[in-house]
Amino acid sequence: MAGERQRRAVVTGIGVIAPGGVGREEFWDRVVSGKSAIRTITSFDPGPFRSRIAAECDFDPAERGLTPREIRRTDRFAQFALASAAEAVEDSGLDLGSADTERVGVCLGSAVGASITLEEEYVVVSDHGREWEVDPQHAMPFLYQSLVPSSAATELAVRFGARGPAAVVSTGCTSGIDAIGHALRLIEDGEADVMIAGASDAPITPITVACFDAIRATSPMNDTPELASRPFDADRKGFVLGEGCAVLIVEEYEHARSRGARIYCEITGYAARANGFHMTGLRPDGVELGEAVKDVMTQARLNCEDLGYISAHGSGTKQNDRHETAAYRYALGEAVRQVPISSIKSVIGHSLGAIGSIEMAACALAIDRGVVPPTANLTTPDPECDLDYTPLTARETQVGHALSVGSGFGGFQSAMVFSKNVKDGAA
Amino acid sequence: MSVRRSVITGIGVVAPTGIGVAEHWKRTLERVSRIGPITEFDTSKLPSHLAGRVTGFDESAYVESKLRVQTDRWTWMALAAGRLAFEDADLDPHVHDPFDLSVVTASASGGNAFGQREIHNLWSQGPGSVTAYQSIGWFYAASSGQLSIRDQLKGACGVLVADATGGLDALAQARRLIARGTGAVLVGGTEAPLSPYAMACQAGRATLSREPDPAAAYRPFAADSPGHVPGEGGAMVIVEEAEWAARRGAPAAYAEVLGTASTHDAHHPTEPAPDHRQLARAIREAIERSGLTPERIDVVFADGAGEPRLDRREADALVEIFGRRGVPVAVPKTATGRLSSGGAALDLSWAALALAHDTVPPSVHLTAEPGDDLDLVTAARENAGLRTALVVARGEGGFNSAAVLGLPESGRRTV
Repeated sequence: MAGERQRRAVVTGIGVIAPGGVGREEFWDRVVSGKSAIRTITSFDPGPFRSRIAAECDFDPAERGLTPREIRRTDRFAQFALASAAEAVEDSGLDLGSADTERVGVCLGSAVGASITLEEEYVVVSDHGREWEVDPQHAMPFLYQSLVPSSAATELAVRFGARGPAAVVSTGCTSGIDAIGHALRLIEDGEADVMIAGASDAPITPITVACFDAIRATSPMNDTPELASRPFDADRKGFVLGEGCAVLIVEEYEHARSRGARIYCEITGYAARANGFHMTGLRPDGVELGEAVKDVMTQARLNCEDLGYISAHGSGTKQNDRHETAAYRYALGEAVRQVPISSIKSVIGHSLGAIGSIEMAACALAIDRGVVPPTANLTTPDPECDLDYTPLTARETQVGHALSVGSGFGGFQSAMVFSKNVKDGAA
Repeated sequence: MSVRRSVITGIGVVAPTGIGVAEHWKRTLERVSRIGPITEFDTSKLPSHLAGRVTGFDESAYVESKLRVQTDRWTWMALAAGRLAFEDADLDPHVHDPFDLSVVTASASGGNAFGQREIHNLWSQGPGSVTAYQSIGWFYAASSGQLSIRDQLKGACGVLVADATGGLDALAQARRLIARGTGAVLVGGTEAPLSPYAMACQAGRATLSREPDPAAAYRPFAADSPGHVPGEGGAMVIVEEAEWAARRGAPAAYAEVLGTASTHDAHHPTEPAPDHRQLARAIREAIERSGLTPERIDVVFADGAGEPRLDRREADALVEIFGRRGVPVAVPKTATGRLSSGGAALDLSWAALALAHDTVPPSVHLTAEPGDDLDLVTAARENAGLRTALVVARGEGGFNSAAVLGLPESGRRTV
């Protein structure tokens, strides 16, 4: 790219809605504390299910500034997105009221979209599953708009007047990384200067709990919910479902610099691969995830020693944890033993597509605060997961570059790097 | 820096117009509506009983039985359209480096019938009745995931949800992947909403046509247009980097993808924008990014919402950019209804085929008068001298996307 100045993207605002911590600072305090936010499900009676626990958000949309109309017409996942985006925009100091919002876009990730509304409305129109040929007369108004996940992107575009490109990315559990990656590409290619980018999921519903029960993917440690999410631990029994959202303001570097914005970090690498193997199964060698990691390390021009933190996918299934450990070795070699790695899913559960963005928010905050959050409940490490998974206690350490990875159904594998210092000059 | 050009070398169609590119084009030219009564289930509780239906699609010819039980009809159509596209491009994905290949699909509503059945069973029979496949059959990424696995497409894959603009946004993403080194991308979208719950969701849409006569139910740009008719199906196309295609000895390309753009009205989640400004901007930006000016656009494939206010906005945008009757406006989707994410993908197939055949495809049940603002194409126009085509798409809530295709450098494909 000699002679051509590449457009670069930086993070200038962060908003988070997470279990055990609504809002960016509460979220960060929670994950640093290593205190689990997992409890017995309260939003419906989980009695009939194998896994009866989840990481729920204590979220009041009105308290977070949503209007009654926004609340009425949107699913919980869109409400999370509106609240997180408002916090991120405020944090960024952007005045969208006066800016040229034709250059402001929206990219929201979500694995399952409006799943709560989808099921609740079905229960109504089908009369509790009695009628297959359902009666739309009993449906909420604007049912179609509420259910298509793209409406959440519309809600953000409308709220913030964003007239640039808008879309929802729905690559399952890598949606959160891929949505920020999509925003990065649009900024690099000059299609937008600012992207409101992140991911949201609110999947704690009977159908979602039942479907993960059916494949025995979620933890049945119902009597000790706070101990149930234990990535990389020998006593783990599956992942714990969560919900939440993170939205980042991703901004073209010169745009951010010219307005004197506070810059958390630069997005220095993004890559995705697919394993082409199985919708839910993972090959133990971790090659495809490893290829994504190699790719982002090359893009960011980093060696393993440069990494101050790796935010693991760390879902807490045996299959994932071993696959992921193999992928790090494949891509980074034995030097990866020196890098602190952790999974915040140990504290806030696995919120499907949303978690990738929440973990990117954690990477930005780890860089900003000089703290690596711990992996909670990691008391008896799986001998096959023998890297430094930062058990139990947070560590104060300077983080110059943070890597995060995601792995999900469909075989999708993604990786992203955030870097503290934006290097001036042509890339 | 060498420019990496994206060319369309294969088209796979599973749509109301037919299965496979040859049947699709032939039946498009027959100028017969494929909209008819829904017979799959009892629609008596619905305000509308019409749809563009895919008939004669035998999924077992494309999807093995084990995979069929794990997937929804929308994914069957994607798997079939994907295989047809690979065959049309004479591309065997298994002989290439899998990291050179990707798939990007658009989906607005996921696995409708599959998801309804599982939720229905849960509430009528309890958690034990939910199958292991609910976790992989219903969600929006199912089609991309299954295509990636079947065809060993292991580069960066994608899934875009932007209602009816998704197909064009997926094309834009494919182009970004190719610009960054990917060799070939399977891209497009399908939709399968002809099941009771999905149609009940459509029932509340103000833009849904309540007209019972199939010949009158979907007539975009008509003064008395009653709304839109939904439909099922879509298309997948193979987009390749031009030199990568040449190296493997690919057949002549249908078209080159010259430019894409998208905007959002950011006006109101359920009310149409008061003006056409953002729609016009998406069109203008796509033309500019193609290195063209509006005079160089030879045909427009309109969004054709079918709702009078939305049609007015689109007509205003086209008149503002191209002048009154400044460009032929094709609406072949009048034969199929609106296929949501599959619709923009199907329009891409028509645009690419129009360039290859140098023929603007016809519309059905539209009338055109010399005094109209738009030069609506009713009968097919052969030997039209087409060098470029613009595709316009809009999605519920205010999404606007546009894409410009042009003749490939190698010239018109001999068909």
